[in-house]
Amino acid sequence: MNIIVNGENKNVSNDNMKEAMNELGFKELKCATALNGNFISVDDREFTTLKEGDKIEVLSPQQGG
Amino acid sequence: MKKFYGVEIESPLMLGTAQYPSPSILISCFKKSKASVATVSLRRESSASDSGNNFWSIIKELNVRILPNTAGCHTVKEAVTTAHMAREIFNTKWIKLEVIGEEDTLQPDVFGLVEASKILSDDGFEVFPYTTEDLVVADKLLNAGCKVLMPWGSPIGSGQGLNNIFGLKALRSHFPDIPMVIDAGIGLPSHATRAMELGFDAILLNTAIAKAGDPVTMAEAFSYAILSGSLGKEADPMEPRDMAVPSTPIFGKAFLDD
Repeated sequence: MNIIVNGENKNVSNDNMKEAMNELGFKELKCATALNGNFISVDDREFTTLKEGDKIEVLSPQQGG
Repeated sequence: MKKFYGVEIESPLMLGTAQYPSPSILISCFKKSKASVATVSLRRESSASDSGNNFWSIIKELNVRILPNTAGCHTVKEAVTTAHMAREIFNTKWIKLEVIGEEDTLQPDVFGLVEASKILSDDGFEVFPYTTEDLVVADKLLNAGCKVLMPWGSPIGSGQGLNNIFGLKALRSHFPDIPMVIDAGIGLPSHATRAMELGFDAILLNTAIAKAGDPVTMAEAFSYAILSGSLGKEADPMEPRDMAVPSTPIFGKAFLDD
């Protein structure tokens, strides 16, 4: 299934968001997610089903003013 | 010092974490400035780089309170979603809420700001709204649930200082009990001193220290400047006069004319 992660096209075999995140290499990272512009908490990822073309934002702590 | 959502911070300086020449200089600047709050952000993570976790390990060692921002958000939805992501990552209800309305000045979209403040306050966030000195907007933000205001001194990153002293004084006197932080536009230590002398409760800055030729020395300068302004306000300054008044007593002066 093709999805867009942080603006880049990615192909994942899992339609479960938690599994897809693991597949993409984010398993061990401190990061927050949004799906199609809506916040998805860490706990909700395993109950979220992805579909073709979904857009995921994966954000982590960065410098800010 | 006034409390920010029930929290008494140790020093009235909130310092940004961006644009420093190196992580070690960032750490030194926090120590020298005595900042008690660090502002941080969220950005896209690459699974390969893990830059977020590396940065976060540095910030945790500063042992300061964390104020995440929604920098770069231009819509209510963007800002609200980013705030939720920040609350999960940083484990804090505090959010520095930015809803930018105009690119050249990075002026806040005050209509979106009020709307987002209401949504987030109702959801348990403790909102620090980046706003202008407009009294009506300030009143609407307070009605939306904000218990702190963060008026700009001048546009973000401009270093222009306090552009509208009259407006800021009016805001300060109109809401004397509301904790207020001057956020954005501070370029020199004297700007921070002036803001504290006007009765503001804290200063939030970043570029003035991070982009100075010697950031660590500038950080120390700001710590003295903010302390100076704060003590000056506390000491109840004299009223300015239109005419000169001699400070040396006239009584006992010699008469030396012929």
